[in-house]
Amino acid sequence: MSEGSQTIVDGKPHPSGDQRFRVLEATMKRHQYQPNSLIEVLHKAQELFGYLERDILLHIAHSLKLPPSQVYGVATFYHFFSLTPSGRHTCVVCMGTACFVKGAASLLSTVEQIAHIQAGETTQDGGLSLSTARCLGACGSAPAVVLDGQVVGYQTSENLGQQVTQMMDHPQSKVAT
Amino acid sequence: MDLQELQTLAEREQEILDAPCIRCCTVGGCLSANALAVKEQIEVEIATQDLNPPMQVRGVGCMGLCSRGPLVRLDPAGILYDQVTPEDAPELVHACHKTLQPHLPKALSNSSPLQPSTYQPRHHPFFTLQHPIVLENSGHIDPKEIKDYMAQKGYLALYQALYDMTPSDVIDQITQSGLRGRGGGGYPTGLKWSTVAKMPPGQKYVICNGDEGDPGAFMDRSVLESDPHRVLEGMAIAAYAVGANQGYIYIRGEYPLAINHLETALRQARKQGLLGSQIFESPFDFRIDIRIGAGAFVCGEETALMASIEGKRGLPHPRPPYPAESGLWGCPTLINNVETFANIAPIIRNGAEWFVGIGTDKSKGTKVFSLAGKIQNTGLIEVPMGTSLRQIVEQMGGGVLDGSAKAVQTGGPSGGCIPAHAFDTPVDYESLTRLGSIMGSGGMIVMDQATNMVDVARFFMEFCMEESCGKCVPCRAGTVQLYQLLTKICDGKARKEDLESLNQLCEMVKDTSLCGLGKSAPNPILSTLRFFKDEYLTLMHNEGSGDYHPP
Repeated sequence: MSEGSQTIVDGKPHPSGDQRFRVLEATMKRHQYQPNSLIEVLHKAQELFGYLERDILLHIAHSLKLPPSQVYGVATFYHFFSLTPSGRHTCVVCMGTACFVKGAASLLSTVEQIAHIQAGETTQDGGLSLSTARCLGACGSAPAVVLDGQVVGYQTSENLGQQVTQMMDHPQSKVAT
Repeated sequence: MDLQELQTLAEREQEILDAPCIRCCTVGGCLSANALAVKEQIEVEIATQDLNPPMQVRGVGCMGLCSRGPLVRLDPAGILYDQVTPEDAPELVHACHKTLQPHLPKALSNSSPLQPSTYQPRHHPFFTLQHPIVLENSGHIDPKEIKDYMAQKGYLALYQALYDMTPSDVIDQITQSGLRGRGGGGYPTGLKWSTVAKMPPGQKYVICNGDEGDPGAFMDRSVLESDPHRVLEGMAIAAYAVGANQGYIYIRGEYPLAINHLETALRQARKQGLLGSQIFESPFDFRIDIRIGAGAFVCGEETALMASIEGKRGLPHPRPPYPAESGLWGCPTLINNVETFANIAPIIRNGAEWFVGIGTDKSKGTKVFSLAGKIQNTGLIEVPMGTSLRQIVEQMGGGVLDGSAKAVQTGGPSGGCIPAHAFDTPVDYESLTRLGSIMGSGGMIVMDQATNMVDVARFFMEFCMEESCGKCVPCRAGTVQLYQLLTKICDGKARKEDLESLNQLCEMVKDTSLCGLGKSAPNPILSTLRFFKDEYLTLMHNEGSGDYHPP
């Protein structure tokens, strides 16, 4: 449990007054606290908080009356859910077949070399998270990469390297891609 | 809403839809190429140039030729402009206006006129060889407007089904049409529907499988983004036929725009009384909810998908019982793919006879493919079943970028590679199976001579290894072993006897895995071993050199 986090009791809004909990609560209420809405609720929680902290998982387990093991099991089974915070910037390299035959592997290794991290990791200063995607469905513009949520196609190692370096040099603000 | 209202609305909207219009693709590939800015700039230009009469601009779905995006088309002339930038907007608007009104005084601007694309929809094989049924509205209507869909006879088939047909009439039509599941397996749709319909009355479900996990496939995404009502209508007809009142669309979380368009479509359909209680004022009730996937390839498998809808880990379970008997929450459940549902409304509207006339003996209708890889024209195509791979790759795709094609990979990780010498094969379920591949959901990746086929096989095996849910041992452990063997071969450390173990292991994983993921995981290896064995052999460790030490 991270420092400063508070335990949430009885599914009531967070005592800190964090509005995000209200939205989460409303989502669960809309699903009538049905255990089968777990994945929907986890989607919402991740959208609100950026990642699924242990506290939040426990809170959801409590509210939906599910064993924490099941909530944890579901959260770790699906690739979409992350239990660790992501960096300020994100770079997702598509490894779909079309991108693969057009050289996605070399794009990935370029970024790995520049950032000194492997796919699935975040740089130590929290500046950049690097991950891979199964297929973005942007096969027409392969090889494609998602930089800070924006899909950019026809990437080359040089071109991508420049953009990633630029992102890492601007740790705070988002850069136009 | 009743038939009269629907028809009046449709006629009125049809006129608006047929009026001169600039259509901008604002989904999928074009969107990632800045299409939204293009559309906005065109709107600004129309306002500033103060045209009389003002020109319509419409944000529409996929026009097919994704590699040349952003695409803009002037209708009804059908002039296509490709790779349009926001800076092109003034000229483009001017050119369009001039085309529509030839008597207009000369150029407003002095710059050279914008060149229309070389890909003329009326002359280029990429467009002329297509036969759009599923995609007939794609690139034409605004997917966010239910009225646009109605203008294209939308929801008329649902009305017809509810008022002119009994549930068994509907199933008969679908059976007679010969439609087969477009998700890959090719199971006869009518048979599946009748199995669910025959189950005792009670709670039943209809599920639309929109978990398009195959890397290299984007047909379902395009259909959902470009024409979401089509899928909803298909589901409603299915629900009426099998006696269900609740439906789910399971869609990949990676497709936010498709989810957005579907949500809009659901809201509009409910508002118009086309979904929910007493549809078209008939006793038929049907609700649809969206379930968003969370990134697990195995969830494309129907039993795993249902586990995921139930809020659990997406683990498959052995069949039987089949979902048709015991599916979601133990109730009879009909699961079909997005494209299958998209075929339903036209079949009901035009009759089974019409559908039977398209395609081959055993594979009726058309198939949507996402054509990608090292090829000139990449994008979305819909061709009649039986079109040859050569036509698709060489004529429609315009051939390989430089050099010649080596193979086409179909069916994603469950499929196989078809070598160039077999390109005259007609594309249908049986022919592809004979070549050791499958139709799959329709991803088609063209590979050139530079592609290393062993590496491709390893790529797919890595995918399956990481996506294996781990429930059954053959898939969990077998895919890891296969991956390691392939790595050993790629690194030049394998001996000839390793090929034998590779083959045996493939057969074992194929025969003993629990679900489709494991059963089909060895396909890319088996098909490359069959057609490209030379490439494996050249990578074999030269025995006797003595520099190899097993790990």
